[in-house]
Amino acid sequence: MTQKFRIENGGLINRDKKLSFKFNGKTYFGYEGDTLASALIANGVHLVGRSFKYHRPRGFFGAGVDEPYAIVQLYRNNETEPNIKATEQELFEGLEAKSVNCWPSVNFDIGAINNFLKIFLPAGFYYKTFMWPKSFWYRVYEPFIRKAAGLGVASTKHDKERYEHKYEYCDLLIAGSGPSGLASAYAAAKNGARVILAEDKPRFGGSLLTSDVNIGNQSGEDWANSIISELKEMPNVIVKNRSQVFGYYDHNMLVMSEKVSDHLPKTKKHHPKQRLWYIRAKQVLISSGSIERPLVFGNNDTPGVMLSSAAKEYLKVYGVLVGKNPLVFTNNDSGYETAIEFKKNGINPIILDSRVNPQSEIIDEAINLGIKIKFSYVVVAAQGYKKVSSADIAKISDDKKQLGTIENIKCDCICVSGFWTPTIHLASQSGNKTKFKEEIDAFVPGTSKQNETTLGAANGIFTLEETLKDSFMAGQDLSKKITNNDNKISFPNVVEKKSSQHDKFWCVPLPKGKSYKRFLDFQNDVAVSDIEIALKEGYRSIEHVKRYTTLGMATDQGKTSNLNGLQLVSDIENKVVPAVGHTTFRPPYTPISIGAIVGREVGKHSKPTRKSPMHSWHERNNAVFVDAGVWLRPRYYKQGNENLFEASKREAKNVRTNVGVCDVTTLGKIDIKGPDSAELLNRVYTNAWLKLPVGKARYGVMLREDGIVMDDGTTTRISENHYHMTTTTAQAANVLSHLEYYLQLVWPELNVNVVSTTEQWAGAAIAGPKSRKLLEKLFPNNDVSNEGLPFMGYMESELFGVKARIFRISFSGELAYEVNVESDNGQFMWEKIIELGQEFQVQPYGTEALSTLRIEMGHVAGSELDGRTISYDTSLEGLISKKKDFIGKRSLNREAFTSSDRQKIVGVVPIDKKTSIPEGSHLVKDAQAPLPNKKLGHISASCWSVEHDNPFSLAILKDGKNMIGEKLFVMSPLKNKVIPVEIVSSHYVDPKGERVRS
Amino acid sequence: MLHIKCPHCGMRSQNEFSYGGDASVKRPELNKEISDEEWDNFVYNRKSLRGKHLELWQHLSGCRQWIKVERDTATHEIFNTYKADEEIS
Repeated sequence: MTQKFRIENGGLINRDKKLSFKFNGKTYFGYEGDTLASALIANGVHLVGRSFKYHRPRGFFGAGVDEPYAIVQLYRNNETEPNIKATEQELFEGLEAKSVNCWPSVNFDIGAINNFLKIFLPAGFYYKTFMWPKSFWYRVYEPFIRKAAGLGVASTKHDKERYEHKYEYCDLLIAGSGPSGLASAYAAAKNGARVILAEDKPRFGGSLLTSDVNIGNQSGEDWANSIISELKEMPNVIVKNRSQVFGYYDHNMLVMSEKVSDHLPKTKKHHPKQRLWYIRAKQVLISSGSIERPLVFGNNDTPGVMLSSAAKEYLKVYGVLVGKNPLVFTNNDSGYETAIEFKKNGINPIILDSRVNPQSEIIDEAINLGIKIKFSYVVVAAQGYKKVSSADIAKISDDKKQLGTIENIKCDCICVSGFWTPTIHLASQSGNKTKFKEEIDAFVPGTSKQNETTLGAANGIFTLEETLKDSFMAGQDLSKKITNNDNKISFPNVVEKKSSQHDKFWCVPLPKGKSYKRFLDFQNDVAVSDIEIALKEGYRSIEHVKRYTTLGMATDQGKTSNLNGLQLVSDIENKVVPAVGHTTFRPPYTPISIGAIVGREVGKHSKPTRKSPMHSWHERNNAVFVDAGVWLRPRYYKQGNENLFEASKREAKNVRTNVGVCDVTTLGKIDIKGPDSAELLNRVYTNAWLKLPVGKARYGVMLREDGIVMDDGTTTRISENHYHMTTTTAQAANVLSHLEYYLQLVWPELNVNVVSTTEQWAGAAIAGPKSRKLLEKLFPNNDVSNEGLPFMGYMESELFGVKARIFRISFSGELAYEVNVESDNGQFMWEKIIELGQEFQVQPYGTEALSTLRIEMGHVAGSELDGRTISYDTSLEGLISKKKDFIGKRSLNREAFTSSDRQKIVGVVPIDKKTSIPEGSHLVKDAQAPLPNKKLGHISASCWSVEHDNPFSLAILKDGKNMIGEKLFVMSPLKNKVIPVEIVSSHYVDPKGERVRS
Repeated sequence: MLHIKCPHCGMRSQNEFSYGGDASVKRPELNKEISDEEWDNFVYNRKSLRGKHLELWQHLSGCRQWIKVERDTATHEIFNTYKADEEIS
């Protein structure tokens, strides 16, 4: 197939490598180095999509990041991605893309009926229409809008691609590789500074690739290539293409997205698809250039109307003609450059210039080439539906208010140039308060806020010579301050054509009797009339006008529309643009894929996985694991065809009748040393600690300053000034920080050191009536009798030559011990316990059985200590010392904490002794009461009591103290359950606590 | 992401630190009789200032020291950082 719009020679594409691709199911050909956009235009395809609101035909408007129209759904390597700009997507063999926001096809789109209903869809239409009746929103409006709106479909499949994050530090980060980026990078690199030069496009050089200039007797493109090759060789320079610096954050942190593989048919092995760079730079040079502004006229969204700079880029970079009968509509000299390029390639353009009688070298050149120019002429409206076929043009009066007779001329594209808008996004994101520059009718950066300097066109400097001079100097000066080197670089000779002043004109008035839509925002379909309505309805702040009309709120973030919108508001309001002000620029500058933001932190990689030293034994013995914070803990050990319920019941029962062993390595452990350790504990815990003897453990509860329980656990006095504190698994890190806070900031006079030893010790809880017998086997040389090692006693020993700590503490409510050995010996300890426990029917038990045992015993855990309960609520008020002060004590006299019907922990048993009670259910008095049914409390934990062989739950219940014996209902609307229950004591097993002391 | 100078370790990224609130708040002394108002001011009442703010951070993934940071809450500018026991003029 011939490419009708590809010129014979020229462009920077590789004509030796032909690539085939599919668009909307049809196969086309392009060349290596094409974008999807340039390849489509080469094939004469100008209709790529439908607009967001009115479903009007959409073509190409730009040639890069500013593109508002050409958004496609991309298919690559069995994956699909929405919101891809055809102007940025590089062509690869086998690329497939489809139009979005159209059904059933881009050529015949049912939604286009909105175009004829547009009178009914003015600014704020959604706000006004879908307000009432309220119930209609969920049922009717929202589903309808969801179906109609959207720019593509997100894949619901798991993304198999890899995305990486990288952290980098540099002296100078330079965003943009146009003339200013290259010059400043070169100067800084020569001074030995560590430089990162980032370019969002595949090719370096920016405007040098398309402008007719000469630097040091080389073409702009050749000069750019020679600088880049030299920079690439330098060890202190990182040069990155396909890399967009999209965000400027605090303290000179910038984020850049590098598209490593998006231009390839498939990501190479060991390569990521994209890489996100977090760059902390000492200095930032913003050389992001400028974006051409559109001119506003009737039907200016018709496919074939595009920026003149884009038309020039398609021609010079890709060898593609955007039309063979072009009309150039301009208010400045840039349009002439495009027209001259057309002419050089044998095409005869017509120039309409809104200016009366401009004079410059470029205009002279156009005249000399014989290009037809009409001064004081404007395009009134584009004609043609799916592609421009002609233009209505007219002479315009000097005050730009009156149109002359309308003439119609044939053309197949309209290249517009309304002068240039500096790309100030990064500077603005850095906190720089921008200022309005009258000469260019645009905002430029003001005083630097962080260490940033804006150069060249981004700073409103549009001549090459000045840009290069400024940039060489900036690169040199800034790097000199960092490296102390001062390499002088000779400034090259620059040849460029001088331009004349642009016309302060940007919007063509409507001819009498016509109501053409004149679009400002091409992606969100915001027209001049929408802004007028918003202002008429009283919106004044530009931030409000933006949100009401959605101007600049599409995925292109108004790169081509913002300034024209501001101009319009200021014209109507009779204000100057700086008084109106611009809306805030926020990162990201361009859409960034969620995958890149997430990076490698997906699924199991999102947090570390911690395993106990006994993990491999658990694995070998059919443990089913559960995530407990970052830990993996055995939930139960499966035997045969057992399910969770059966296994945990068996394991718990075995603890109550024989002996069980549970891996408790995950418990937080903090080593506390120093002469004031006892005093610290006395202030941190609610109970008294000063008199705890050496070799004894004590249970303690610690509060936050607001009186809420923070954590509980046992602390053991190892020696005179040495304590071993345990915390719950979940609170381990918080408790350590908490202790450090008080020691470092509040009571620095206390001589105490704290350090986490969670990972230094492997722990095994040995629980059950036969646990002492097992312990005798494990430690035959120690007296572990009730007298030798009483409840809450502590002993140091050796487990067959391995140093061990034995604590007589119990979470299960049975006679129990906890043995700790150094982590490396954990597996050895565990295997010894299992081996020597065989004769006592020892079985390992997991977290599910552990829960069962503690619940039926009424021991509290995280589900009761949930950040909302005080000691009283969890029946731990007996541990509150009246004699001493401690953290949080002063809060306990708060009115709500002392009220007589305060909530309290209770036990809950279903009347039928069969129905399990879902955790989180509510307790109510009357199951039939109308909603909202008054909640008296909630179920915090549920189990199947192995002692009583029926379901049992713990609950936090209002006035729980006086509710024992009451009959209530448990309601779980989530599980659709109503269960009649009886309130009992939370101590369902061994209420006197005799077993632990036996 | 902020760049915070730990007075013990030097310049580090914000993700090594955790925030600890207003550093000007002083905990009332233990065993001292104080009014409800004083206690509430210590536990709850914070000004949420716009502008210069002396705040606590802990260098959690570093030296684990609590430090004081003088920071502008609007611009995030950090003027100075201090050790926990350093006198601030």
